Amino acid sequence: MALSPEQVNDIAELARLKIDASSTAEYQKNLSNILDLFAQLSAVDTILVEPMTNPLDATQRLRPDVVIESNQRDHFQKIAPQTEDGYYLVPRVVE
Amino acid sequence: MHKHSIASLSRDLASGKVSSLELTQAYLKRIHELDKNYNSFITLSEEQALTQAKAADARRKEGKAHALTGIPMAHKDLFCTQGVRTTCASKMLSNFTAPYNATVVERFNQVGAVSLGKLNMDEFAMGSTNETSHFGAVNNPWDTTRIPGGSSGGSAAAVAAGLVSGATASDTGGSVRQPAAYCGLTGIKPTYGRVSRWGMIAYASSLDQAGVITHDAQDAALMLQVMAGLDSKDSTSMDVPVPDYSASLNNDLKGLTIGLPKEYFSADLNPAMAQAVMNAIAEYEKLGAKIKEISLPNTALAVPTYYIIAPAECSANLSRLDGVRYGYRCENPEDLHDLYVRSRSEGFGAEVKRRIMLGAYTLSAGSYDLYYKKAQQVRRIIKNDFVNAFKEVDVIAGPVTTGPAYKRGEKINDPIAMYLEDIFTSPVNLAGLPALAHACGQINQLPVGLHLIGNYFDEARLLNMTHRFQQATDWHQKTAPGL
Repeated sequence: MALSPEQVNDIAELARLKIDASSTAEYQKNLSNILDLFAQLSAVDTILVEPMTNPLDATQRLRPDVVIESNQRDHFQKIAPQTEDGYYLVPRVVE
Repeated sequence: MHKHSIASLSRDLASGKVSSLELTQAYLKRIHELDKNYNSFITLSEEQALTQAKAADARRKEGKAHALTGIPMAHKDLFCTQGVRTTCASKMLSNFTAPYNATVVERFNQVGAVSLGKLNMDEFAMGSTNETSHFGAVNNPWDTTRIPGGSSGGSAAAVAAGLVSGATASDTGGSVRQPAAYCGLTGIKPTYGRVSRWGMIAYASSLDQAGVITHDAQDAALMLQVMAGLDSKDSTSMDVPVPDYSASLNNDLKGLTIGLPKEYFSADLNPAMAQAVMNAIAEYEKLGAKIKEISLPNTALAVPTYYIIAPAECSANLSRLDGVRYGYRCENPEDLHDLYVRSRSEGFGAEVKRRIMLGAYTLSAGSYDLYYKKAQQVRRIIKNDFVNAFKEVDVIAGPVTTGPAYKRGEKINDPIAMYLEDIFTSPVNLAGLPALAHACGQINQLPVGLHLIGNYFDEARLLNMTHRFQQATDWHQKTAPGL
């Protein structure tokens, strides 16, 4: 399946990425070739096959609903690019 | 010293022939002298290593030593280490120091192992050549113009060059086994859920599993023993008893049935590679194993299935890297959207972007059923091939790779060619089975490996087989020229 340059840019935007104009053609070619590889699967009859999400078909373990963590906000925020009063700072969203 | 296994170093430490401090200093010296040739380390944690070594020596004096107390090793740079940066070989995390230890790291710390630092890898474990690292490619000690394999290329190169005695690694589609094979080593990827993934930076959560790369099966057994077992912090880790892996290493192989999938020996396979595998199989026959031809009819579907599922999960996992809470943030963002887009576009390399975009596309409305759901269905078909095969055989054997390590630059610009190299390793991750690669021969003076695939939670048998093979042969003792 051949993707257009516009589709490549749309996919990038979905993933919050931007592809340089100079690289778009390369992404277009590589992604299209990879999608062609995926097309092999369309010939497989899977109508009666249950999709597999966990290789052991295991389900989430549950634990008692009790607090096991202490608040370490300051510790975890030390590695943030910018914080103030316990909040993460980003450019203004609401004027 | 550098050819010494963990087991022999452990004996030397126990007998007092050498101290952990002396051993650690010797390894650090060797890294300083030689790693410029391989680039296997991203970060060296000398100060911490010397502190750990002194503590290990003190612990030994108190009579509380474990087999790995004082043993110098290192972690692949996707295991979070408190106080030492964890980069995942990405610009995105080049200044990231985790506020906690991965469970795997914590368990090695608890037994008193010494961590020399963090090992190079493909960026976010996405690659088969270790050429996608932001910190530069890793070179294969057997021939420094060649790739060491990936994504755990730093782990394999460091062990092969004698810069560490053993290393942690991870395997999503072959990232433990393929570099172990290309560097003449032993690498085990346990059953999905056998080892905790907590603090191991996620690539594809339904496939990722932590493993080890070592000189031989005896060392792999020692390291896996420390790592394996339930962890309440990883809800996918399994509550299945962990056997004593070292205790069964010498078990007799008489009566064991090894299955050879005919699809693994197709016309495409390098004849020298096929010969190396068959020579190893003949050795197992001498040890008492029976051989049976089997079929894994859907083998060819594994690569497209893997490259739908892994990028889909990666696109979800890597969405957390947005320049807000940790990791790289772009300069002077105009607004929040610009902050997200530029932080991610500047922070990620080309292969990571390609996989994130693939995942974003295959998970998008209108594509989900066609790609992701379809791949999950084919995944079950591939798993069922293995389940059926294990009704007839105890272990499945074949090649790890189609040939020996190739030259740097040979496949990095052709993603499809690189992806197709995962033909033998990726089906195992899709099925969630344990598998091991061990050196079994050479082609043009370059090592190649045998692939042993076990039934669920049957790691002990893979280690047992490999140990018996290594008692009878010396491929695992061969070292790269000049080392």
